[in-house]
Amino acid sequence: MNNVSENAVPHGEPVLSLRGISKHFGAVSALSEIAFDVHAGEVVALVGDNGAGKSTLVKILAGVHQPSAGEIFFAGKPVRLADPSTAIDLGIATVFQDLALCENLDVVANIFLGREQGPWHLDEVSMEIRAWTLLNELSARIPSVREPIASLSGGQRQTVAIARSLLLDPKLIMLDEPTAALGVAQTAEVLDLIERVRARGLGVLMISHNMEDVRAVADRIVVLRLGRNNGILAPDASNEELVSAITGASENSVTRRAGRRAQLERSSEARP
Amino acid sequence: MSQPQDGVSDTPLLDPPLLDRADVRVKHATGIGGALEAFVTRVRSGDLGFLPVIIGLLIICTVFQILNPVFLSSSNLANLLFDSSTIGVISLGIVCVLMVAQIDLSVGSVSGFASALVGTLWVNQGWPVPLAILAALVIGALIGAAYAFLFNWLGMPSFVSTLSGLLAFLGLQLYILRSTGSINLPFGSPLVSFGQLLTVPGWLAYALVALAAVGVFLTNYRTEQRRKASGLSTQPMAAIATKALAIFIGLGFIVFYLNKTRGVPWIFGLFVGLVVAMNYALKQTKWGRSLTAVGGNPEAARRSGINVRRIYMSAFMICSTLAALGGVLAAARLASASQQAGTGDVNLNAIAAAVIGGTSLFGGRGSAYSALLGIIVIEAISSGLTLLDLSSSLRYMITGAVLAIAVIVDSLSRRSRMANGRA
Repeated sequence: MNNVSENAVPHGEPVLSLRGISKHFGAVSALSEIAFDVHAGEVVALVGDNGAGKSTLVKILAGVHQPSAGEIFFAGKPVRLADPSTAIDLGIATVFQDLALCENLDVVANIFLGREQGPWHLDEVSMEIRAWTLLNELSARIPSVREPIASLSGGQRQTVAIARSLLLDPKLIMLDEPTAALGVAQTAEVLDLIERVRARGLGVLMISHNMEDVRAVADRIVVLRLGRNNGILAPDASNEELVSAITGASENSVTRRAGRRAQLERSSEARP
Repeated sequence: MSQPQDGVSDTPLLDPPLLDRADVRVKHATGIGGALEAFVTRVRSGDLGFLPVIIGLLIICTVFQILNPVFLSSSNLANLLFDSSTIGVISLGIVCVLMVAQIDLSVGSVSGFASALVGTLWVNQGWPVPLAILAALVIGALIGAAYAFLFNWLGMPSFVSTLSGLLAFLGLQLYILRSTGSINLPFGSPLVSFGQLLTVPGWLAYALVALAAVGVFLTNYRTEQRRKASGLSTQPMAAIATKALAIFIGLGFIVFYLNKTRGVPWIFGLFVGLVVAMNYALKQTKWGRSLTAVGGNPEAARRSGINVRRIYMSAFMICSTLAALGGVLAAARLASASQQAGTGDVNLNAIAAAVIGGTSLFGGRGSAYSALLGIIVIEAISSGLTLLDLSSSLRYMITGAVLAIAVIVDSLSRRSRMANGRA
């Protein structure tokens, strides 16, 4: 849709800076000494294999877990994210991998959960209008906002979760596997949306296993491996570089597989 | 200006689609027939609402009326409402804790303890009645706070903490009453009259019914006007008017029938007032929304920034405060604070009423009105069997069977809702 050229977006002040973030669960170090920045108007992709600590990091930044050590700076100031509402109030919006929706509530109630208009008399009409406005901005295909979440498909739920994160005009949006449950068209919509959000000058931290999506929108790629920083790459980095940063070696199952395929192709070409 | 050509003027000017009706794949009910169809679809998918309890009540009334024509007489129904109010108030608190998927097993003991407290403070110590009642309610709130503390910070399941509370507060009740065994509350005092005799004057009852109907009409009308102005779909004016009229005629008839003999008990008026207030709190306030969310998915609620511990705290405190209030009302109804108050089936009837009325044991689904409908079912069974001169053994068995049916309906409709994506 509206193509935002990556170079046209100036990198502003760092919205979020992490310095030496560590998290231990008992004897296990889920994260150690993580450090990177997210600037305003920038999409940073966080990649890593299973168990690299991506989701743990997201939960720390959302205020769900507290780091064992390290400092978080938000808009230049050191902050302590004691609970989810602190993070939300600061302007950190999160779309969790499990979406964290209440299935027994309808779409409007989920979008406004914890942020209802009119605490002593819910203003259902204006909440419904705002919900439709948000959903239409995302070109969402939601049949009715008065149905319980349980009646929606995975992609529709994803859209509701993203709409909810945009409700409070956050400064930083974190998306944990935003396209994992989506079809082709909806993935494109979400990627467009991420670019639109970036164009509005928000910082975006996106976690994904899908290298194509990452390359499509990310300005920088931060690689985590076994809970540590394992390099920061540009989006035009080669596949080999990316894979070896994620898996930790140039000799790994992915390259071996690629090698076998190349060999097969050569041998088939060799035949007359 | 040019004459409009025939063919062109026919084409209707397409209105911009309503904000919530833009998606062509969704079937939207229109008119009365559509509304009926939507209702049938909803019920078939397992979203039963109050349907089971209303059907149950109709069956119970029919059977008992055939067996004994006194059952549906005006005075018997007034008596039934007097009896329903005390446990009904307790059951209203149970709805709150069930909504967050917790339980309070000690409501019977807390109500007995509260009645003993009021008896002692008022009759033996000479405190003014309002102060004695206030003290009982405050103690009730503190008991709930203690359960919430055990649950939130020590991780003690409410099933266990309230079970120990059941024993502990029964013990306290017996300790307070140890010297006398029971304290008689003076007949003719306002509290006892309130529990046994006082009824709403006829004109006031009708005025309240009219107020309810007009209130429903006006709030619905104003909402629809706002929806219309904002480009959202609206329900037809006739539907709102029909709803208000049905409320007026239905409630008006009940008041008329009760006024033939004793009238509407004030104590029942208090109970209904509490039910309406609780319904408002559950459906129309941020607190109620948070309570429902915590019952459905506590982790999602926490990540939305809801203070989940405070929600649990409020649910437990409201439950035991209402249990204490129910105990005070029961003392007023019986004109005594005895060692038997709050024992026996009080606990289980209060919990059963909420479940029979349609509040889910699994949390996140329920209504204040389930306490009202559920307790009327239980008291109707009890009253019908008493009229037939049948022993309490049969009453327990029948109430047990009705409770079992209610829980089965709850489980089955939950399964059906999941299969139909309406959990």
